[in-house]
Amino acid sequence: MTNSWTDIKNTDLVVIMGGNAAEAHPCGFKWVTEAKHHRGAKLIVVDPRFNRSASVADYYAPIRPGSDIAFLMGAIRWMIANDKIQWDYVRNYTNVSYLVRDDFGWQDGMFTGYDEEKRSYDQTSWEYQIGEDGYVLTDETLTHPRCVWNLLKAHVDIYTPEFVENVCGTPKDRFLKICEMIGETSSPTKTMTSMYALGWTQHSKGSQNIRGMAMLQLLLGNIGVPGGGMNALRGHSNIQGLTDVGLMSNLLPGYLSMPRETEPDFATYMSSRGNKPLRPNQMSYWQNYGKFMVSFMKSLWGDKATAGNGWGYDWLPKLDIPQYDAMRMFEMMTKGEVNLYFCQGFNALLSFPNRGKMTEAFSKLKLMVVMDPLETETASFWENHGIHNDVDSAAIRTEVLELPTTCFAEDEGATVNSGRWLQWHWAGATPPGEAKSDVWIMAQIYQRVRRLYAEEGGKAPEPILNLAWDYEDPEEPTAAELARELNGRALETLYDAADPTKVVLEKGKQLSGFGQMRDDGTTSGACWIYTGCFTEDGNNMARRDNADPSGMGVYQNWSFSWPANRRVLYNRASCDLDGKPWDPSRVLIEWNGEKWAGADIPDIAVTANPREVGPFIMNPEGTSRLFSRKLMRDGPFPTHMEPFESPIANPLNPEMRGNPVARMFQGDVAQLGDRTEFPFVATSYRLTEHFHYWTKHNHVNAVTQPEFFVEISEELAAERGIRKGGRVRVWSARGQVWAKAVVTKRIRPLTCDGQTVHVIGIPIHWGFKGAARKGFGPNTLGPFVGDANIETPEFKAFLVNIEPASEGVA
Amino acid sequence: MTTERAPQPTTAAANPPVQPMASNLLPTDLVRISATANVPAPERQLTKVAKLIDVSKCIGCKACQTACIEWNDTHPAVEENVGVYENPHDLTPEMYTLMRFSEYENPGTGDLEWLIRKDGCMHCEDPGCLKACPAPGAIVQYSNGIVDFISANCIGCGYCVSGCPFDIPRIHQTAHVSKKCTLCSDRVAVGQGPACAKACPTQAITFGTKDDMIALANERIEDLQSRGYDNAGLYDPQGVGGTHVMYVLHHADKPGLYAGLPADPRISPVVESWKGTTKTVGLAAIGLAAAGAVLHGIFAKANKVSAEEEHEAEELVVKTASAPVPPSSVPPENRGGL
Repeated sequence: MTNSWTDIKNTDLVVIMGGNAAEAHPCGFKWVTEAKHHRGAKLIVVDPRFNRSASVADYYAPIRPGSDIAFLMGAIRWMIANDKIQWDYVRNYTNVSYLVRDDFGWQDGMFTGYDEEKRSYDQTSWEYQIGEDGYVLTDETLTHPRCVWNLLKAHVDIYTPEFVENVCGTPKDRFLKICEMIGETSSPTKTMTSMYALGWTQHSKGSQNIRGMAMLQLLLGNIGVPGGGMNALRGHSNIQGLTDVGLMSNLLPGYLSMPRETEPDFATYMSSRGNKPLRPNQMSYWQNYGKFMVSFMKSLWGDKATAGNGWGYDWLPKLDIPQYDAMRMFEMMTKGEVNLYFCQGFNALLSFPNRGKMTEAFSKLKLMVVMDPLETETASFWENHGIHNDVDSAAIRTEVLELPTTCFAEDEGATVNSGRWLQWHWAGATPPGEAKSDVWIMAQIYQRVRRLYAEEGGKAPEPILNLAWDYEDPEEPTAAELARELNGRALETLYDAADPTKVVLEKGKQLSGFGQMRDDGTTSGACWIYTGCFTEDGNNMARRDNADPSGMGVYQNWSFSWPANRRVLYNRASCDLDGKPWDPSRVLIEWNGEKWAGADIPDIAVTANPREVGPFIMNPEGTSRLFSRKLMRDGPFPTHMEPFESPIANPLNPEMRGNPVARMFQGDVAQLGDRTEFPFVATSYRLTEHFHYWTKHNHVNAVTQPEFFVEISEELAAERGIRKGGRVRVWSARGQVWAKAVVTKRIRPLTCDGQTVHVIGIPIHWGFKGAARKGFGPNTLGPFVGDANIETPEFKAFLVNIEPASEGVA
Repeated sequence: MTTERAPQPTTAAANPPVQPMASNLLPTDLVRISATANVPAPERQLTKVAKLIDVSKCIGCKACQTACIEWNDTHPAVEENVGVYENPHDLTPEMYTLMRFSEYENPGTGDLEWLIRKDGCMHCEDPGCLKACPAPGAIVQYSNGIVDFISANCIGCGYCVSGCPFDIPRIHQTAHVSKKCTLCSDRVAVGQGPACAKACPTQAITFGTKDDMIALANERIEDLQSRGYDNAGLYDPQGVGGTHVMYVLHHADKPGLYAGLPADPRISPVVESWKGTTKTVGLAAIGLAAAGAVLHGIFAKANKVSAEEEHEAEELVVKTASAPVPPSSVPPENRGGL
């Protein structure tokens, strides 16, 4: 989230699209009801199903799964055509006036530079025109044909209301009504919040869905303002924390990046990072990259990390390919290229697509270790459960070790919520049986691996042997020790750069902010964005003061919000060019003539002159980007792409299948289905009654949703002879499932490209373990295809077929 | 340990007091007792309480159902999916509240509406169940409006079911007692609001004094009318003297849209006549002494497992072992809720 859950109460319009907040985030949804009740806010829901969020919405429109970009580009086109643009914001805080290279272009659904062989773009042309002074060339009059404004206008021109209706199946009148409602928030005193989740991410172009809304929000002046923002509702408790601390193959903590093979030493690595400003006076905060990176490496290797060895850079792994994401790992497993797989808090057999492929992958491992508080299907992938897991157990030779772990209520630590709040919690119960915390297990493994390296040597022993491990009990570091390490400390006494006699921080003290980090080895800190969470004042994540003097939902003394306890990112943009709040009734911060001050922590240097320094300090431009340069693999503007399995051809280019640069392996192409054999669109989702695959173990949750079902329209039920509550078989090119049929008015056939498109909804919560009835997940059916930028599987739009099934076969 | 009496709760949102407090629902707070004449006049009048269910804020998440199961320690069965979102499929002796989902195509707007109503006991000011009940002290009403079933005195005859204009009570097949929502009288007695209201994530369920709840309802109705729901209104049916569970409805002119909520609920004339003649005559002989015994039965029930309860538990295990439910999901130790 750019904003916070509590900030949603400040909004005038909530748009839920690409998510279902009431269903999947019912507790956070209270802030929507709060905004509606006490602010008179309106709620719009755009979704293939009339869902639980829609049940309390002011306005609803249906949309075909996988067509969101067309809808969003259509909305941008409408805003431009009807001049619903917050011009003061757009002119000053976006790159609208920047000139783009002459060789950049878009044609037939594709951008310049596509290489069909490599399935990737050469992005050279996706760049600004840079002047001799090193700064971007701009045209403040917005008349230059190569300025972003004119390129954007041309790019969205094709997305007429008729185009939107035809591609999305959204009735034109509903689309236009929603545009009107959204357009009202282009006023400086009206804001809109976007609440989205996996309904946007789980597509082969998921990142571009989100880009589309971010661009719309920028044009309306709704980023950085109270009640505005792009608010990603994270799909799993602490998944925000997972990304923050870099639990992805290509990331390091704090969104630093893993070195590549082409970056053999630290100097080379740094040469492409720490960008210089692209406009005069801009902060370009990543210029501090080196401080964060050196502090991170010092936290890993302590005294062993020295200037002489690049602070231990040589000991970091170097990627030979862009990333080893989960999809690639499973692909490698099926080829027998992986021997050992640690599955920590991850029920991959039910959560990754094409379950048949997952079973095949796991069957080729020598050893699988599952760390989980619950019995998972993954750990039991080799057990035969009839139709629910029809495997030949005798043929599977993988050894599986289950290490029972504590669950969140049985251990201590911080959980990071969607709004970036690190909220400390304490153990509420004693773990059962032999369950141990994940930290204890990892520490035990580390101690044993280290002993092996010490005794037997091996390739590259340094990163293991040199690892700093200064915990009171090396067998089990405490949560507080780890938190202090994430925060970081001064390894030497730090002096003010401007006044060397002035002590900033004594040696050994906890850092109070990432501004104190140094790139000379005198500071350590494992995750720079978390600095401030555990300072000399104590554990700030454990704070529980719910006072909110400004009434703006800031709660500055409740827990700790990264970065720097800031509650609304880019909040400098909540004020005009002179530092006056756009809306005097909703003030987060303002310029008082000397400095920035207010209820929230300013997202800018407190003394930065408002007319000089732009609000988007992480970008070298100082502005936000309507044209995103080379930052996304599938284009600097979102362009409509069909799902890999779609009932219609892409009207922009009928030859194009899916996203031309999506994560896709050759062997999986053959397992794609086609609309003649699989005429119906399937989409997957959660239900409030359950949480992923956990709560089916709980009797009470199992009572409230006991059995796997699919949802279909009355029209499709009639067409296929399916009765309400009857048993059906649903199958795709990859597998089949049996389910009960919920026949509903809440799903309606759509008309797209002149055809009737039926949607089948498939919730995710059942498996062959637990208190609920045995069932299936949609991943049996889903295609092994991932987003081009973040490799999230395309679970929200694929093709299936359906027929009535005989009862009682199980 | 203090014996200070708990305050009367005026909200379900506050955290409960941490020190032990004595119950603040006393035998002398009863205003009606089933099959009992001459209930002594209460010494004090408790503030009338109410639960307000704002249907326009309800997202049908079933947190209220799960909180109800957990607080009351009931054990509903893991049923099947029969093509709808209601689970269990109806109120049961183990499920005192139920989200009911209705799909309504509004002819006025052409829009689909998904109306979700939390069903359960309405706690009528004039309770038909109590009037119909022939078992002395099986159903009681407190001066704050709560209508409570006292299982120890219940004979499981089912008259309360026919007496209820909302079709709420359910007879437990093995325990032979009638069960329904108590408005968490055991929580209210110690200063807390009902479990469902505490658990509700969107504040669709709120609890407080009846006056406060009516004021809140009026605020909500004004908001709904501003959004085009011209017939938004409060459901507090006067045919049963008003209720202590009330709804804010977008279509108060058509309560039947909400899974058959009765438009004008009234106690059946048969029940009224039974109460008016036979029952009173029959009870006159028992007299005040018996009423005292009944009160003792209500408030002095020993907190231990009786032989009957053991028997019920065994019966249930036998019964469920043959039913299509995983046996492990119905442990006998969870029978305490009866």
